[in-house]
Amino acid sequence: MSIASTTQQICFAVLSATTVVGSIGVVLLPNIVYSAFLLGGVFLSVAGLYLLLNASFVAAAQILVYVGAVNVLILFAIMLVNKQETLAAIPGLLVRRLLSGAVCAGLFALLLRVAFTTAWALPGPPPVGEEATIRIGEHLFTDYLLPFELASVLLLMAMIGAIVLARRDVFTTDVITGEPADQGLIEKERTPLLIETTTPEPTLLSKP
Amino acid sequence: MLSTGPLGAAVAPPGLDLQSSFIDLAQGLGLTAGAARLLWLPLPMVLVLVGAVVGVLVSVWLERKISAAVQQRIGPEYAGALGVLQPLADGLKLVFKEDIIPARADSVLFSLGPVLVVVPVILSWLVVPFGQNLLISNVGVGIFLWIALSSIQPIGLLMSGYSSNNKYSLLGGLRAAAQSISYEIPLALAVLAVVMMSNSLSTVDIVAQQTGAGILSWNIWRQPVGFVIFWICALAECERLPFDLPEAEEELVAGYQTEYSGMKFALFYLGSYINLVLSALLVSVLYLGGWSFPIPVEWITGWLGVSPDAPLVQVITGSVGIVSTILKAYLLVFFAILLRWTTPRVRIDQLLDLGWKFLLPIALVNLLVTAGLKLAFPAAFGG
Repeated sequence: MSIASTTQQICFAVLSATTVVGSIGVVLLPNIVYSAFLLGGVFLSVAGLYLLLNASFVAAAQILVYVGAVNVLILFAIMLVNKQETLAAIPGLLVRRLLSGAVCAGLFALLLRVAFTTAWALPGPPPVGEEATIRIGEHLFTDYLLPFELASVLLLMAMIGAIVLARRDVFTTDVITGEPADQGLIEKERTPLLIETTTPEPTLLSKP
Repeated sequence: MLSTGPLGAAVAPPGLDLQSSFIDLAQGLGLTAGAARLLWLPLPMVLVLVGAVVGVLVSVWLERKISAAVQQRIGPEYAGALGVLQPLADGLKLVFKEDIIPARADSVLFSLGPVLVVVPVILSWLVVPFGQNLLISNVGVGIFLWIALSSIQPIGLLMSGYSSNNKYSLLGGLRAAAQSISYEIPLALAVLAVVMMSNSLSTVDIVAQQTGAGILSWNIWRQPVGFVIFWICALAECERLPFDLPEAEEELVAGYQTEYSGMKFALFYLGSYINLVLSALLVSVLYLGGWSFPIPVEWITGWLGVSPDAPLVQVITGSVGIVSTILKAYLLVFFAILLRWTTPRVRIDQLLDLGWKFLLPIALVNLLVTAGLKLAFPAAFGG
């Protein structure tokens, strides 16, 4: 038992140190690629903390969703657009940094105060262990059904939005400037899919 | 894979626990329970690591021999009988090669990339069962842990692609990540249909649900579509030939491995073959009854009139379990190798179309049909 608890404490210390140092690195490193890779490390150590709390399903889901999907997509986006150019200096950078630092320090102080003044119910409820998967499923399909479905609708909206933004051939004019978006499209005179038309039937699937 | 031999000789049978007997033995020698457990812990891990590496050596040799047979060559012949030592020679060559880091490469990420590719694959061996108690850890999330861990791999590939400071490498890394993300979803949906039938994520429970009527109770008869989807996706995740776009030689030199040499290259090589053997093992666990013999061992002992609880019978049962798991896995490895040397490579748009427009809808329909069948025939589809 003593070996187990010592191991647990060492793991906790290492994981929390990795999380804290890694997240500071994510914010402070100038190279955005390093920040993105470090973010993956931070997600992994948070998954390790979940494991220490006997929440193995949540830990695996954390790895699958945050490391495997979110972080890979962030890296993907960075590598597709990264032009290795040095950014022009913004005037008043020091003031901006100080301001954001002050806001973060204030937020941190607030959180610390909440953490120290809250009367935590210790020890917490006993861990459900391997039954956690069943319990999570029950909650998702009963009392948390509405938030779950709302989150999925939100994700669907975000996906449709991303597709519309990425597929420029549905617009003939730029959304912001109002200028023609693509010369080739104008020459071909393709009928746009999403545009305000004066025709009475606004069907999206109208043939070009 | 044959390194599991010592374990099979020591014990293995269903119902008999190797760990508890080892701890009892150590306690008999005067150790405390904690110390005995601490002594036990590294043993299965080292055994599985050695097993994985030997499995790679065997599949490399198979790859060389089968590709030679496909192309009507002889293949490696001089290193050992039938060239069985050829993979060892390959490994030794890679160990003694110079470890080059390109001058303008990012040396930290360059070294970290291969590690991030190999470690999750080896960690996934945690949940591969060779018998009722013959796995490192029967974690409750079992097969889900494998899906989660295999999603870390693309980060390592992106890292090595980016840090090599080479356009081919970057393109290879991006392709690998895109391919891995696309095929993870139908893979997870195919696994979900199996999990729905066995009511558990644990690999041991999934195999236990397929015992009873021998070969007839294997999941492949109840999940034929899921089996095909899983196999295609597993090949894509392993970057085997119909889907080896990330390292397509004619287009990208060698993809993300272009700049690597020596042991760092060997790590990629090792990782891809360990992943192939692991995928084959998991196909056999999910769809081919895992360690169960085509004819249930209980029937055979019944016919022979021996008690299934006798120590010798239990040892034989355990060994048969290990051998049948490995045989099933290597049969699948054989098919993967045969596919690699007989099929042409798909284009990137065909790859993504297949993943998103064909496999994903089919996997969803398969899940829905499985749910319906489970409600209609709870006896046959795990009520």
